[in-house]
Amino acid sequence: MGEGGVAHLVKFESWGEFIAMGGHGPYVFAAYGLVILGLVGMVLIARANMNAARETIRQRALIDEVSS
Amino acid sequence: MWRFFHQWGSPKSFFELSGRCLPWIGGLALLTLFSGLLWGLLYAPADYQQGHSVRIMYVHVPAAIVAQSSYVLMASCALISLIWKMKLADVAFTTLAPIGGMVTALALLTGAIWGKPTWGTYWVWDARLTSTLILFLLYAGVISLRQFGSPTPQGGRAAALLAIIGVINLPIIKYSVDWWFTLHQPASFTLTARPSMPFEMWAPLLVCVVGTYLWMIWLWLLRMRVEVIKRESRSLWVKEALLIS
Repeated sequence: MGEGGVAHLVKFESWGEFIAMGGHGPYVFAAYGLVILGLVGMVLIARANMNAARETIRQRALIDEVSS
Repeated sequence: MWRFFHQWGSPKSFFELSGRCLPWIGGLALLTLFSGLLWGLLYAPADYQQGHSVRIMYVHVPAAIVAQSSYVLMASCALISLIWKMKLADVAFTTLAPIGGMVTALALLTGAIWGKPTWGTYWVWDARLTSTLILFLLYAGVISLRQFGSPTPQGGRAAALLAIIGVINLPIIKYSVDWWFTLHQPASFTLTARPSMPFEMWAPLLVCVVGTYLWMIWLWLLRMRVEVIKRESRSLWVKEALLIS
């Protein structure tokens, strides 16, 4: 699996063995998937909120400028 | 020391200082988490009893640790906001509650997934699991109470009080594995004793714990910045900061 200096330290002989995880594959990947989804999702939501807040303030400032 | 508090305490300087730290903390969080998770998934050894399901530890334990630390941080900020009516402390505890809620949910979910192949069940009503569920409900309570108040430290008083009272739950989570008979194993890490697992396991676990802490700080700063510019949207410095950049 993979190239590079640490490839021989990988605990799996093949991709198939890695996916199967000795029968525990569904549990292991479900747990990792949920965590990655949760961590990445929260950051993306926070960034979207920041952009939305910026846009609102920017537009309000433009309206203030026009009306004043 | 006071200068430090003064600088971070004013929303304007907080926004400037946090903006400078943010890319570094975010980059470091991604790097640490990526290498830690890859290490746990590919290079850490399988357990002689549990087999490969032990790899769930590298996501479950960091989530559980950060879930409890976040609560301590949230309650401390709530206390500061109650006593000194500091604006930024109110922003801090308000924005940390959903982060804590999320990591607690992840700790519970990954724990349930780990429980199935290890204990033969997703859930048992034992002390560790139940007190962690209560931690999640406390976060949910703080989030919903905060929704009712106005965006001032006064508006967050009820939520702050709940956050502080909920601290009682933390020693219960911590000592639940010693006080009651439980399926859950005792602490993986303590500050006083050597780890009970081999280096090949605790080293990647430590990297994942550090990475999850960095993620929490990163997201916390991001969320605080959003809340700060929303609350201060009428002030000149926000308009200047946003219109120039």
